[in-house]
Amino acid sequence: MLQGLIKISHMHMTEGFFIKNDQTKARRCSDSPPPILSVRPSRALVDEAFEVLVENLAPVSPFTLRSLHHSEDGDDWEAYGHYFSDHSGRVSVSEDLSFGGTYSGMEPMGLIWSMRPVPGSRTGLRLRKKDVTTPMLITVSLYNGHEDFRGNSPLVSMVTERWYMGPGIQRIEISDEELRGGLFVPPGPGPFPGILDLWGGGGGLLEYRSALLASRGYVCLALEYFKTGQMKSTDMSFEYFEVCGLIHQKTKKPLIFLFISKEPDYENIQPAACVCVQKAYRVLKDHPQVIPDRFNKIRVDENNHQIWRDVGLALLKEPSMKVDVAKINCPLMLVNGCDDQNWCSVETADDISKTMDAAGKGHLLTRLDYPDTGHLIEPPFSPHCVAGNFMVYSSNEKVIQRYGGKTKPHSDAQDDSWRKILSFLRRHLYSERAKLST
Amino acid sequence: MDEKHSCVTLSVQPSRGLVDEKFVILVQNSFPSSLLTIYAHHQCEDGNSWHAFAHYTSDAAGAVNVSEDCSMGGTYSGVEAMGLLWSLKPVPGSKPGLRMRKKNVQAPMVVTISVYSSHLTEGFGDQVPLAGVEVERWYMAPGVRRIPVTEDGLTATLFLPSGPGPFPGLLDLWGGGGQLVEYRAALLASHGIASMALDYLTCKYTMETGKIVEQDYFEMAYKFLQKHPKVLGSRIAMLGLSLGTSVILKMAVHSQIMKLRCAVCVSGSHVQPMDGFLKEMLDYFSKNCGNTRFTKDNEVVWRDLLLPIPIDLSLKVDVGKLQCPLMLIVGEDDQNWCAYESAMDMKGMMERAGNSHLLTLLSYPNAGHLMEPPYMPHARVSLFRDMQSRQKMMVLWGGQTLEHSRAQEDAWRKLLVFLRKNLYSGVKSGSSSLSNL
Repeated sequence: MLQGLIKISHMHMTEGFFIKNDQTKARRCSDSPPPILSVRPSRALVDEAFEVLVENLAPVSPFTLRSLHHSEDGDDWEAYGHYFSDHSGRVSVSEDLSFGGTYSGMEPMGLIWSMRPVPGSRTGLRLRKKDVTTPMLITVSLYNGHEDFRGNSPLVSMVTERWYMGPGIQRIEISDEELRGGLFVPPGPGPFPGILDLWGGGGGLLEYRSALLASRGYVCLALEYFKTGQMKSTDMSFEYFEVCGLIHQKTKKPLIFLFISKEPDYENIQPAACVCVQKAYRVLKDHPQVIPDRFNKIRVDENNHQIWRDVGLALLKEPSMKVDVAKINCPLMLVNGCDDQNWCSVETADDISKTMDAAGKGHLLTRLDYPDTGHLIEPPFSPHCVAGNFMVYSSNEKVIQRYGGKTKPHSDAQDDSWRKILSFLRRHLYSERAKLST
Repeated sequence: MDEKHSCVTLSVQPSRGLVDEKFVILVQNSFPSSLLTIYAHHQCEDGNSWHAFAHYTSDAAGAVNVSEDCSMGGTYSGVEAMGLLWSLKPVPGSKPGLRMRKKNVQAPMVVTISVYSSHLTEGFGDQVPLAGVEVERWYMAPGVRRIPVTEDGLTATLFLPSGPGPFPGLLDLWGGGGQLVEYRAALLASHGIASMALDYLTCKYTMETGKIVEQDYFEMAYKFLQKHPKVLGSRIAMLGLSLGTSVILKMAVHSQIMKLRCAVCVSGSHVQPMDGFLKEMLDYFSKNCGNTRFTKDNEVVWRDLLLPIPIDLSLKVDVGKLQCPLMLIVGEDDQNWCAYESAMDMKGMMERAGNSHLLTLLSYPNAGHLMEPPYMPHARVSLFRDMQSRQKMMVLWGGQTLEHSRAQEDAWRKLLVFLRKNLYSGVKSGSSSLSNL
């Protein structure tokens, strides 16, 4: 695997090279000192920040720093910022200001979160890593100039690795008839708190968040509860019980069973804590059936992208369509984007809050509502996707859904919410255990 | 299920780092003021196991920060952020004379770090730790390319930094043990220098003909770098340890082909017959082998082979004629070469010749011969195969672990500054204020 890793680095470097160019070598041989670019750490987890520093530049001159990533789907993503070197010939992305590009101002991680497909790419793209056992490779390069930077060859560049899986994390594939998913287990003796990670209506199996949570000390199961484009009636209660037994078998490590109860009836499931990003917890037995019936509520924006948030609003008015959150007995955290165009997250959260307050459970609820933030609140520094391709399972139709959000506030929300989610999980799954076990 | 086991978290940041980068080890959520042992374990490529451990007491919040807290004992004591690496020792029952050296630089060194309850000194395998993580230590930064070199009769490996280049270049020479040792060149490439590790004792030419290479072999290596499209021909340095130093000093002063931007010589000497080159050098050492001493444990001490430093200029390189900046790194407890005495002699020669502004001299008390990149375990003694006699013997290198490890860290940092200053600057610069003597 590691041999392959170095090969990939090889291939990706070609876009950063200029082909063996005698003129350039002659120019360089005239003893001009080359710039020095460093990205630290050069290998990091995706939720860790890095420092990009360039030295040995001509003083007080315009430069552009650009990041480039070639995705698994074959698309190129980039971000860039325009800088001026200081009197000592130095540019520090952590300390200096970008004067334009895909981000501006002092943005230490702008080269990652502001990435977007390069001009000329396909539309509706979303950057999501499927193979989490290998890192994302990002090439950071420095160019002369600002607006005209693309006409020049890079002066210097560096490859940096961004990992979803920390060292020693074990990935176990779960593929039974009933249950499909990826189980991620941290190194060490355990036992670890467990997390069941569920994605949304897009279906398919996305493991990156689970891998990252495992890297933060949790056994995490990314559960594929229905396949992309396929309708499957899922008996959620049955699956929870299966998951519990499965985790124990696969890891052979004792697990904290606070998370899942022995009762297969899901109304009695007692998770130690629950985090819901974007959607209120409203999985219903016939959920896949419900949405298509409400398709008349779908609006379309000026780009012909579908806005689905009104579908949810209509559902909120029907009590039979809602999980009775008054029965929730564990701490619940809701993370919402105020500009969510896909689901009416804020209105849903209001509804949940009202119901829980009325039942005297309001103290269990934590809410984070982020302004100008869209639907897809991902781990930090993930590029913001304002509208993306989506396969409608009932009709097999490919549409572009609008998710909402403005890039900068959305990226800030991703960064902030992740840290708050981690501390919420730590508080309820790690620290509280001493209390709970006495 | 023991509740105590469930709470403790252990983190190492960064979890993937370069071999010369520091990390921060944090234990959290343990019971306040509890006795803890932090344990490191590494199985190296040849199958041997190494370990290190340190005793801590958690604070009132139940935390331990290895960078800030004091180890009360173990394989190191005091506040030592990187102690769990440099104090690694072969586990009890291992063969004697082991030395840790990475062969495959494309894969990381993996170290398991765990935390145990109470202060343990043994039996780590029998107990279940409270928590454990894995840490990767890399010699190669992402994007660094490893290129085996066999053209022009060379036996070498070139490491190119990430990026379009071209880059300053460096020739990396090791000592009398021979072989093609790549890890230092890989690490230097991770710092932006196109570095070529050169095998000059067990190279293809010598293995096939039985003859020792001559000056032109090194000049060929230099020319290879000079004409390489990714290397800046006017910015080439040489770095050598032990016998490598002897080669570099001779070439730096006498080669018509090599125009070095700067040179770094570690644990070596300028004493060698001026008439001739490598073969004559090796013959000269053999001739003096009567000066070999043995410790009470029968370890070989070779430091007297070149002592006393001759006055005769036909027996040492006239560094007064040197025209490029030179950094000398020596351990004052070097039991293998008289590096300290040689450095003092070289300093005197350069002062008299008026070119001592080119000299940066780093001399470390209680450091031994094997001055390597930082945080790697110190070997005071190890099994060494002498290239000439082909015999394996236990050789005393010298150095006390704590001071030697500190010296390695300091020397490496200064070496990088020296190389950056001379290879990356706009004007040719002399020595900086890095000298400590």
